[in-house]
Amino acid sequence: MSMTMTQKILAAHAGKETVQVGELIEARLDLVLGNDITTPVAITEFEKAGFTQVFDRDHIAIVLDHYTPCKDIKSAQLCKQARAFAKKHQITHFYDVGQVGVEHALIPEKGLAAPGELIIGADSHTCTYGALGAVSTGIGSTDMAAGMATGLCWFRVPSAIQVTLRGSLRPMVSGKDVILHLIGQIGVDGALYQSLEFCGEGVASLDMDDRFTISNMAIEAGAKNGIFPVDEKTREYVSGRAAREWTAYEADPDAVYEREVVIDLDALEPTVALPHLPENTKPVSEAAGMPIDQVIIGSCTNGRISDLRAAAAILKGRTVAPGIRCIVLPATQEIYLQAMREGLLEIFVNSGCAVSAPTCGPCLGGHMGVMAEGERAVSTTNRNFVGRMGHVSSEIILASPAVAAASAVKGCVADPREL
Amino acid sequence: MKVYKYGANVDTDVIIPARHLNDPSPAALASHCMEDLDPNFASTVEAGDIIVAGPNFGCGSSREHAPLAIQSCGVRCVIAPSFARIFYRNAINIGLPIVECAEAAAEINAGDEVAVDFASGTITDQTTGKTYHAAPFPEFIEGIIQSGGLLQSLKARGVAK
Repeated sequence: MSMTMTQKILAAHAGKETVQVGELIEARLDLVLGNDITTPVAITEFEKAGFTQVFDRDHIAIVLDHYTPCKDIKSAQLCKQARAFAKKHQITHFYDVGQVGVEHALIPEKGLAAPGELIIGADSHTCTYGALGAVSTGIGSTDMAAGMATGLCWFRVPSAIQVTLRGSLRPMVSGKDVILHLIGQIGVDGALYQSLEFCGEGVASLDMDDRFTISNMAIEAGAKNGIFPVDEKTREYVSGRAAREWTAYEADPDAVYEREVVIDLDALEPTVALPHLPENTKPVSEAAGMPIDQVIIGSCTNGRISDLRAAAAILKGRTVAPGIRCIVLPATQEIYLQAMREGLLEIFVNSGCAVSAPTCGPCLGGHMGVMAEGERAVSTTNRNFVGRMGHVSSEIILASPAVAAASAVKGCVADPREL
Repeated sequence: MKVYKYGANVDTDVIIPARHLNDPSPAALASHCMEDLDPNFASTVEAGDIIVAGPNFGCGSSREHAPLAIQSCGVRCVIAPSFARIFYRNAINIGLPIVECAEAAAEINAGDEVAVDFASGTITDQTTGKTYHAAPFPEFIEGIIQSGGLLQSLKARGVAK
């Protein structure tokens, strides 16, 4: 029976020859992940259920990235609880302030995700590692607790949408514009309970950071996961990071898809998503001039080195417009150091940006850039829901790093090609 | 058992805003439930009430705090045409009943008195007199629900220490 890439990886981890759409399976996990918001709830459930041992301390990652460095006493208590659990169970991949980065940038960087693996994380953007040809998906704290105890998780085998990419991106257009365009086309529940499987000759033109951004926001179309085929760029990225054997799976040529969506990369414009849903997309030219108060450049979606390079290329020799607060958050310590070596941090500070330690902070309205009543941000993050970044009346416009940087310079939503 | 009715794409950020995730105790979550969508919800909801909403209920963040907040308020179940997949599994895993039924979700009005029989999947709007039928859960999921949640079902199977 023919299978999609996702179905093959699920079948392999369930010890089955084949799986069928809708089938409920229990599968073996390669990694169980949690952060400082979701892990404490998982720990409480784990202990309440009377579990005393984790299934494998090397295959669990706890990343304290959301409210860290801790924003208040309550969040400090949550981190303390996670820290104690990690120590008690000798969790190998425990990341605290000083080593921590935004989890979905950190996990691939540390080689903890590799092609063909099956990963769950108590964070919805765990789907990011689909960029590496892994099946990875977000789950909740109880699933995390169960995963930590058993190394297993239940799944409903998804059908898939085939997303065929053609051509290559033009300058100032990035992976963020690809995924915003796709969500605009299919809607925030367009891929509900399904996989997004990317293919086509356009894939080769996308660098790994663009692929991470695209897979990262698969959840914003309701998808279980968003997966890319494994090619030379994947192998180059994984080599030297994941020092273990891994398997590159390919969809069967006659795999069945619910439908196909074709995207001509050459035709894409820099794209924004207006409040309050990621599907409210428009070419940036149609939103240009909208007044803003804040710009956020960072997050698990767009805090990687290519994102910082794209922003710095625009900010170099320019200044952030008066009255605009521009906050740049390199997603990991490695990215922070690389940006330092390349002089990007100096460009940001000289142009009037604040540069933060790695944290998810403002993306979820946690800290490091919470908005007041009626304020509006252009942000490279992933969600523009009501109240997501602060006051219930504040607004978020989602955009690429190039659009965000151009908007910081102009003091309003701006097209980076017109600076 | 009155109904609270909401639209499509109710996201987990409005069910429980991130500014309240630093205290995951049931009482704290319940006191802020639906705060950014319906500021009166937490102060008026009563044990046994029901939420009826549009498609893709619970989209966004994986925070289990969202179904926990709803459960901690005493809400008996959520009825919607579809649920975001992480919310769907979180609700099942913690034992918050959810019912997928497009017709019921469309026709039941805010304030209606509604009864739900989970065994048969029958939803009765006692205000309008109409009855709806939801498809039953697959056996595997029904097993989790019957055990009282995922961890209880794993314990019962003896698969972890």
